[in-house]
Amino acid sequence: MNLWLFLPEFLVAGLAFLILGTDLVLPPARKSLLAYGGALGLGGIMAATLTLQGEEARLYGGLFLVDGYALFFKEFFLLLGILILLASVEFVEKNLSHAGEYYGLILFSVLAMMLMTASGELLTAYISLELLSFCLYILASYGLHDPRSNEAGVKFILLGAFSSAILLYGLSLVYGLAGTTEFVAIAGVLGSGEDLGPGLLVGLVLVIAGFGFKVAAVPFHMWAPDVYEGAPLPITAYLSVASKAAAFALLLRLFAVAFMPAMDEWRGIMAGLAAVTMTVGNLVAIPQRNIKRLLAYSSIGQAGYLLVGLAALSPMASSGMVFHLAGFAVTNLAAFVAIIAYYNLSGKEDIPDYAGLAERSPLLATTLAVAFFSLAGLPFFAGFTTKFYLFAAAAREGLLWLVALAMVNSLISLYYYLLVIKQMYMVPPSEPGRLRVPGLLKGILVLLLFGIVIIGIYPAPLLEAIDGATRFLFP
Amino acid sequence: MPVLTAILLLPFLGALVILLVPSARVLAIKVVAAVAASGTLGLSLYVFLSYDHVRGGYQFIETYRWLPGAGISFHLGVDGISVPMVLLTGVIIFAGVFIAWNTALRAKDFFVLLLLLVTGVMGVFISLDLFFLFFFYELAVLPMYLLIGVWGSSSDFGTFIRTKEYGAMKLTIYLVAGSVLVWVGILAVYVAAGLGTFDMVALGRDALTPDLQRLVFPLFLVGFGVLAGLWPFHTWSPDGHVAAPTAVSMLHAGVLMKLGAFGIIRVGIGLLPQGAEAWMPLLMVLGTINVVYGAISALSQRDLKYVVGYSSVSHMGYVLMGFATLNPVGMSGAVLQMFSHGIMTALFFALVGFIYDRAHTRDITMFGGLAKRMGTTAAFFTVAGLTSMGLPGLSGFVAEFLVFVGTFQTYPLFGALGIAGAAITAIYILRLLARVFFGPLDPRWEGLSDPTRIETFASAVLVLVLIFVGLYPAPLMAAINSGIGPLLAGIPGAG
Repeated sequence: MNLWLFLPEFLVAGLAFLILGTDLVLPPARKSLLAYGGALGLGGIMAATLTLQGEEARLYGGLFLVDGYALFFKEFFLLLGILILLASVEFVEKNLSHAGEYYGLILFSVLAMMLMTASGELLTAYISLELLSFCLYILASYGLHDPRSNEAGVKFILLGAFSSAILLYGLSLVYGLAGTTEFVAIAGVLGSGEDLGPGLLVGLVLVIAGFGFKVAAVPFHMWAPDVYEGAPLPITAYLSVASKAAAFALLLRLFAVAFMPAMDEWRGIMAGLAAVTMTVGNLVAIPQRNIKRLLAYSSIGQAGYLLVGLAALSPMASSGMVFHLAGFAVTNLAAFVAIIAYYNLSGKEDIPDYAGLAERSPLLATTLAVAFFSLAGLPFFAGFTTKFYLFAAAAREGLLWLVALAMVNSLISLYYYLLVIKQMYMVPPSEPGRLRVPGLLKGILVLLLFGIVIIGIYPAPLLEAIDGATRFLFP
Repeated sequence: MPVLTAILLLPFLGALVILLVPSARVLAIKVVAAVAASGTLGLSLYVFLSYDHVRGGYQFIETYRWLPGAGISFHLGVDGISVPMVLLTGVIIFAGVFIAWNTALRAKDFFVLLLLLVTGVMGVFISLDLFFLFFFYELAVLPMYLLIGVWGSSSDFGTFIRTKEYGAMKLTIYLVAGSVLVWVGILAVYVAAGLGTFDMVALGRDALTPDLQRLVFPLFLVGFGVLAGLWPFHTWSPDGHVAAPTAVSMLHAGVLMKLGAFGIIRVGIGLLPQGAEAWMPLLMVLGTINVVYGAISALSQRDLKYVVGYSSVSHMGYVLMGFATLNPVGMSGAVLQMFSHGIMTALFFALVGFIYDRAHTRDITMFGGLAKRMGTTAAFFTVAGLTSMGLPGLSGFVAEFLVFVGTFQTYPLFGALGIAGAAITAIYILRLLARVFFGPLDPRWEGLSDPTRIETFASAVLVLVLIFVGLYPAPLMAAINSGIGPLLAGIPGAG
């Protein structure tokens, strides 16, 4: 066996321990070096991971897969890790203690997400998912002296453990019926035409419910708004973007590879889940006053759109889903980094606090407006192009009704995004004075804005890469 | 030379350049906007003059790969219907930039959004791929919310209050709701045709079976119809137009509403001719209601700008009636009316803007005798009013006459109703002229003055276009007819 194929995972784990170790000898004033070092390290790992391009292997009898799909997501998560580390620095300095463990845990969670996309078997997938969850439980409750953060942590752990139990039970039922935990082998049993009885449906429903918790699909979304609101801001950003993307990456491989032959059983459930998730998420977002809660519900709505791709699950639809996931990640991250920057400067996070932001900081207002337009699916920005592609793919699979509902939902979401934009552009500021965004965050914001526009108007290179990745799901 | 790409990029690059200019240098910003607008006008004139209407069909075609996997390509081209629309956009953005010359509040953002709006509008007229048509269609809606909400003006008459935020939100939600229908329609065509392409030329005129055409067509009719001011989905239009700042009202009523009408032609009738045929009687009814209802509403307004807003609803009704005839005369009249109304309503809004800027009210009952202080404005207003009434020698006459002839050939009763609408138009226009401009001068308006030289220049351009087209419509008609011919060729009952 070729240990070289584990290179990215070894390197990330090593980097995480290195950060934890360095933390012991670093004076408190210089902890931000850990974030810069971590980001630099992840950048190096991104380059090193590229050496695995073209490699295809099934290690440990299919437990661990090395293929283009895993490679694409590994690069994606490494990039997200870099951005989150850099976006955290100022926030951590001002608001949190124990910076070393914070950065270390982020790196471990990146490792977990990389393992999730590479797992080709139920238990490996489950263990990676738990590694991610445990990192996130701790990170969500990192604001030691903030009661909201403590509440978020407790809620997150309790509901997370609950959902893990459900997921495990579902997986055990599938294992009991199929006699194997390996994705390809499960597909073989399901496709053999043998009648597996009602147990399969129960197992699938439990698996979907378990993952429903992880991606915050309605009706399993109850934890999300509270956790999003209570967790430290960069962790909220991380939750809404990275952990969601990892869960969807795993879901896509699981359903496309293992459960595809039983598609008739779960397709209706998935479509229904998508419909309910986006509708509830977007409707409940309307009355929110806290910008983090608003984005929490809007992310729930976005999860609904992604589930549309899962319900369609053709090669084009899965590309569309990953494409939308990438566009959503860039867009949502841009919105969150702007919110972090504003919080660092003002300590405020309610929507009325954003009054007159366009005059106080045009960059932050522009970023938020662009991100919101993109989330609402307006053109020139990533959201329009990715949604159009995803919905076209789903419509081709006969889900035009679901797509039409998703479009109506986009309209609803536009309404509450416009309410925030109205605060920023049309209401005069309550405090005078221009805000000065520090250079690092400014750089990240400009980069993300650039990304939103590039995906919106010149998506061909990204989509080609995604097509190359999802090709491995449909051999 | 890729002229159409240049037309698309010029206003966009103008917006980018303005972004780089520091916001304190207002004059530089305006000069860049003016250069971009003039260049756009120049290019659109070039396209209009060199379009070969004898050959007809799509010309200036450009195709670039974009997402071949999904069947999307960046495919541009113009035909006899889009050429006049491109010219219209060029003329109005040119006049609009000069009319907005005195914008003081955040001028930088204003001109960036204005030029972005023009990019979207141009894109719709020249796109031959459904994806990009929809892309630019939404792009044209996007800047409106900010343009109206930030730079607009509220309407307050004690019992009747419409804030600019209300107008902006209502307009945006209505238009995006319409575009949801269009989006569903586009995907329905994409899926039902089964060709895996969004290219309108490749989809052709019978990609869908007649039954499916009849099923999908209402999506486009209502979806685009919302933007065209189709009754009963028109209510955003007076509210939005009144709340918008002058230059934006000009562009919006002048050009954006034409996007809706254009969408009905290009996508609705173009891709689904048999569907169109089935639904046209309904459109005739709705279009006639537009004409009469819009005119009656205009009659009862106190806000000067609301009169113009409702007159737009009424005049767009002629466009819809012309479509509904599905015969060459009525259709060509409708397209000419799109052009003529675009120029006319832009002029109207510009003039109302002049008055409002100086008098700070738009209440008709408070005016009187303004002609004595604002002679040029009064003269131009009279020209616009006469065009609106369809007086011979002005562009509105040719357009409305053709629409009426076409309607009498197909639905005589509705032709009569349409003419009744024109009569009501005469009443509200004459009432407006009499109340606002003529009669004894109200002493409180002693201090009013005519518009500045730049503003006069910009509105004079519009006046000249109205007169020129009224006296010599032949070049426009030649282009329009070359576009209408192939459009109606696939419809059995047309002719």
